[in-house]
Amino acid sequence: MTELDNLTEAIVRGDRKEAVRLTQERIDAGDEPKNILAALVKGMDIVGDKFQRQEAWVPEMLIASRAMSQSLALLEPLLVAAGIKPEFTAVVGTVEGDLHDIGKNLVAMMWRGANFHVIDLGTNVPSDKFVEAAREHNADVVGLSALLTTTMPAMKATIEKFREANLPNTKVVIGGAPITMEFAREIGADGFAPDAASAVGLVRELVGKA
Amino acid sequence: MTSFRTLAIENPTQLLFGVSPRPVTTRSGMRIGGGLVYPELNFTLPTMLVTEQTMPEVLRHYTEIVTEATRRAAELEAPGLLLEFEALPPMTENPDWGMDVVHVLLDGIEKGESKYGLKAALRVTPNDTREMIRPPRMRSGALYENMLALFERSAAAGADLLSIESVGGKEVHDEALVSGDLELAIFGLCVMGVRDMRFLWTEITGIARRHGVHPAGDTACGFANTAMVMAEQRLIPRVFAAVIRAVSAVRSLVAYECGAVGPGKDCGYENVFLKAITGCPMAMEGKTASCAHLSPVGNVSAAMADTWSNESVQNVKLLGGMAPICSLETLIYDCRLMNEAIADGPEAARTLRDWMVRSDARFDPQALILTPASAVRVARAIVVAPNPYRAGIAAAREAIAILSDAAAQGACKISDREAVWFDRMTDTLDDLPSDEDAFIERTMAQVDRSTFVAEDYLLAERANA
Ligand code: B12
Repeated sequence: MTELDNLTEAIVRGDRKEAVRLTQERIDAGDEPKNILAALVKGMDIVGDKFQRQEAWVPEMLIASRAMSQSLALLEPLLVAAGIKPEFTAVVGTVEGDLHDIGKNLVAMMWRGANFHVIDLGTNVPSDKFVEAAREHNADVVGLSALLTTTMPAMKATIEKFREANLPNTKVVIGGAPITMEFAREIGADGFAPDAASAVGLVRELVGKA
Repeated sequence: MTSFRTLAIENPTQLLFGVSPRPVTTRSGMRIGGGLVYPELNFTLPTMLVTEQTMPEVLRHYTEIVTEATRRAAELEAPGLLLEFEALPPMTENPDWGMDVVHVLLDGIEKGESKYGLKAALRVTPNDTREMIRPPRMRSGALYENMLALFERSAAAGADLLSIESVGGKEVHDEALVSGDLELAIFGLCVMGVRDMRFLWTEITGIARRHGVHPAGDTACGFANTAMVMAEQRLIPRVFAAVIRAVSAVRSLVAYECGAVGPGKDCGYENVFLKAITGCPMAMEGKTASCAHLSPVGNVSAAMADTWSNESVQNVKLLGGMAPICSLETLIYDCRLMNEAIADGPEAARTLRDWMVRSDARFDPQALILTPASAVRVARAIVVAPNPYRAGIAAAREAIAILSDAAAQGACKISDREAVWFDRMTDTLDDLPSDEDAFIERTMAQVDRSTFVAEDYLLAERANA
């Protein structure tokens, strides 16, 4: 096992102290920031896979993602200096009228774990705010969450706003318990994922590697 | 405030569907908990917006539901029908809209009574819209005022029962669930939750008293059902969700301490503990609520039900008819069976009850924690504790003991991946101070204070400490 494999392992275990220590050690040793980053992301990918196979619980995923974000904080200045940007920029939020955010938060967490730059707009977000944020941050992807059948129409309205706003490089994906692939197609969303773990793959597939 | 120091029902054999020591009588003469289980029908709109423009369409839906439901209940000779109007958030934010629906439903009930002689009653459940802003303001503001207005006006209009799914404490509890953090969960439920419940239920019981209607009860839906749904999706361990259920009873109990009389709100599965403590009748839901959400407690939840609910179903067309009516029919048949068992005497009723209990309890810890035997054990742990904080710890310890014993004896299916959580949760509890003030001090230093307004929970001086 290389030192970077150890770092990956520490993320998988959710061992925050060890992950931070190894990250600093690799930085001090002069490893390429992008390689250190890859080791971190690989750790979260493994946790995501374990989660999808029902071998990990969300609390474990959360601990891993906290280890990841603390390690990433050390790395960030170096990444910026080296001109390495997060893989994607994502805006996420729960649509207007809807306060359910546990699922949305999990999606945000998985996206962060995959090294997306995530702007979380919170809950009860008006459609204009999604569009503004997407424009301001030049988002590759916008994730809309809705849990109420009475707020599903707000997804449609938001997507219409995006079409009007003409942001061809921004994909809009949707999710939430009542959402189906069929509904996503019907309202012209670019994609749908049934759970947080597959939301990562969805974006990678849809937007493609930068 | 009443303080429950002993159990109303000490003996698990006395915990039974359809009967409770303190029945509640509606204006139409339904005696809930007085020897019959009544169907409690819930319903909601199909996929649509609720706006000023769509309100006529909204009212058409509710008119159709109440007209058809009273007709079908009469055709099937139901001994009574409880309707629950669980408002949708825009209807609480605009109490005029909420009241339009209340009037439609009361009108339909009245027509059902005069046309068919059907006994019927309405439970109105405004939304806890206080959390529409974050951090929520729990004790003031337009959202709070409108919510209370819907309570007040519904009571004045003649709704028999008032309920809510209140959310005080949820600001930190969501985080507790996703992190599997029992300490934070106890803070959310037994410190923040209890404080908000005392405030809110003093208001609600005051309103009910002014208008001569029943303050029915609350539910820890946003806490324990969130945990159950997450466990169902295998996001968190089921044993953790089962322990959260037991702890949640401490929070929901406060409504009764403030004067609620039941029937407790349907989605509060912790009602089994509350029935043992208070003797008030309880609404329950289980297999017949699968139209709203799946659960591992489909039968066991009926064991102590006084009203039997479908939780929620959209007004959409199924082959049998509109979905609420199909739901109602299932509820009525479920109730017929239970009522027939009661009519055959307590022994017969207990046989049916025990079948319902045993058919679920060995498959899931969340079912095991709801059995009559478990209910009385957890309830006793709660009433002997000196304060809500210690009651939360005691409920958690008792639940862990019940579940881990069952796991050790092979009496309930609990995987190794789950069983490790017994030690993890016990370690957390062992590490907690016995003094509530010390606990508050310690937790306030760690929680994310941006998510809630400390003064609304009378925790401001701690926040500044
Ligand atoms: C927890 C909960 C609440 C909590 C919310 C806590 C919170 N902070 O989110 C509280 C108590 C506040 C609540 C309130 C209400 N709720 Co609620 N709630 C639920 C419940 C039980 C679970 C939702 C949940 O968190 N699941 C766990 C998460 C992890 O799953 P998830 O959200 O589905 O997310 C996953 C995927 O869907 C996906 N995903 C989610 N978002 C996105 C986004 C993208 C971009 C992608 C790719 C993927 C994705 O990934 C996630 C992780 O795997 C559901 C029941 C259910 N079956 O869903 C009802 C439910 C959604 N609620 C319901 C109702 C009616 C309400 C209320 C109106 C109740 C009331 N009378 O006040 C209010 C509405 C408040 C509002 N304005 O929003 C109904 C909706 C019925 C309807 N007509 O649509 C449900 C279905 C319950 C029911 N059966 O009646 N609720």
